Amino acid sequence: MGIFMVIGILAVILVWVIAKYNGLVTLKNQVENGWKQIDIQLKRRHDLIPNLVNAVKGYMEFEQDTLRQVVEARNAAVSARGVADAASREGELSGVLTKLFALMENYPNLKANENVKQLQEELTGTENKVGFARQFYNDIAMKFNITQQTFPGNIIASMFRFQRSELFSVSDAAERAVPQVDLTMKK
Amino acid sequence: MANTGFASFPNIYEQQRRNKFRTAMVIALFMLFLGFLGVGFDLFFLGNDPFGFTGAPSGYPLATLVAIGVGGASAAWGLGSGAKAVLASAHAYPVPQNDPRFRVLNNVVDEMVIAAGIPRPAVYIVPDSDPNAFAAGRDPSHSAIAVTEGLLESLSRDELQGVIAHELSHVKNYDIRLSTIVAALVGAAFLLSDWGLRGMRFGVLSGGGRGRSRSRNSPGGTLGIALMILWLLTLILTPILGRLLAMAVSRQREYLADASGAELTRNPLGLASALTKLQNAGAPTVSIKKGSAHLCIVDPLGKKMNFREGAVAELFGTHPQLEKRITVLKAMAYSRDSAGATA
Repeated sequence: MGIFMVIGILAVILVWVIAKYNGLVTLKNQVENGWKQIDIQLKRRHDLIPNLVNAVKGYMEFEQDTLRQVVEARNAAVSARGVADAASREGELSGVLTKLFALMENYPNLKANENVKQLQEELTGTENKVGFARQFYNDIAMKFNITQQTFPGNIIASMFRFQRSELFSVSDAAERAVPQVDLTMKK
Repeated sequence: MANTGFASFPNIYEQQRRNKFRTAMVIALFMLFLGFLGVGFDLFFLGNDPFGFTGAPSGYPLATLVAIGVGGASAAWGLGSGAKAVLASAHAYPVPQNDPRFRVLNNVVDEMVIAAGIPRPAVYIVPDSDPNAFAAGRDPSHSAIAVTEGLLESLSRDELQGVIAHELSHVKNYDIRLSTIVAALVGAAFLLSDWGLRGMRFGVLSGGGRGRSRSRNSPGGTLGIALMILWLLTLILTPILGRLLAMAVSRQREYLADASGAELTRNPLGLASALTKLQNAGAPTVSIKKGSAHLCIVDPLGKKMNFREGAVAELFGTHPQLEKRITVLKAMAYSRDSAGATA
């Protein structure tokens, strides 16, 4: 009788560990997928910007400075590496884009141009998609991290060496000038 | 943190689980109900008593089997092609690819699909000038959302985003499965009660052979008569009971879809202002049939239903009063903003 009890308890524990482990793996994949979604939208954004700049260049002769800033910020964002770097450079790009959109309001001819209107809608859509992809990524990454930090998920997480995910923070890290918290918390 | 105001939202996975359970419960309840109708018809009018209520079992439960069969078939049919039927009955057409008129709609759907993290549903347009929208389907992988032409014309981008987020929440929460099943089962109950009442009239008129077996098997005493009256009443009231149930199920889902839609856009005011516009439009959405009323974002019957006040309106409306929904959304925006300000 006793041996069966022990085997039974061990089986229950094993099943529980497997379930928890699979849950963490699922979350990890969702986080990775979430990151890919952001990446897809960022690429699209990078592809759209040169088109928009070319389309508005003729109309906005007096805003060459802003247009140059947009192109520079875009090129900086394209070469970003890693979550934190991408987050800060994309944040800067968002800033100059907002400025460009605001300036475009001053040019009625520009706003009447069908091509520009279409590009602007595409870019607005892409901006939103970047935002929502980031929102989804952060939600799922936070869930992944919480599962790894709370009991009993932390036992499984440390047993199988799961790493915490970095959140894609919205604001420009350099601008805020606050010390960066290292979320990976290496042991 | 800006999203502090959303921390108290009901967990989405919990909602999905609960909704799947509710769907199973609704099916079981309806089957029992339809079974009750069938057993009564067998017992009181066909004179079959296979379960031995009045003594020795005799005959086959013909009506019972028909009732359960029709119920099961319509539930299965609803899961399989309910969405298609609803879309067809509203004359909805799929959004044409690369049509500049629908560029904003397509973009907004893409945005909300990303935010919700679900597969992209099929998007349809209903040719109707009254603003309205609905979602249908079986699960997030087999779903469709439809908006009227009037909705596209009258809403701004932010408002459209709120409405699409509301509809995608119905998809994500499995509300669509629940409502499709309810619609199919209510339809089956209508049909069966109609058949039952017709069959009874026919039985009474033709009299004769069936009547004899009926008198032989009728349960005796006051209990039997009371049961028979209860059964008759149920049969007659079935259409009303069914509609009440469909409404109860849908009303409760609307608040939740508003809340989880706002969680997706993080902009409750977009939906609030869309609902205000829908409220002011007020005209009935003629393309959307009564049977699919409970799928829509606002009651397609228009002002009549959305504005009636009081307990009766609450009981008979498929939707909570718009005023209440708008107030809840505005409160959400307020608590979110103040949470953001103090954080």
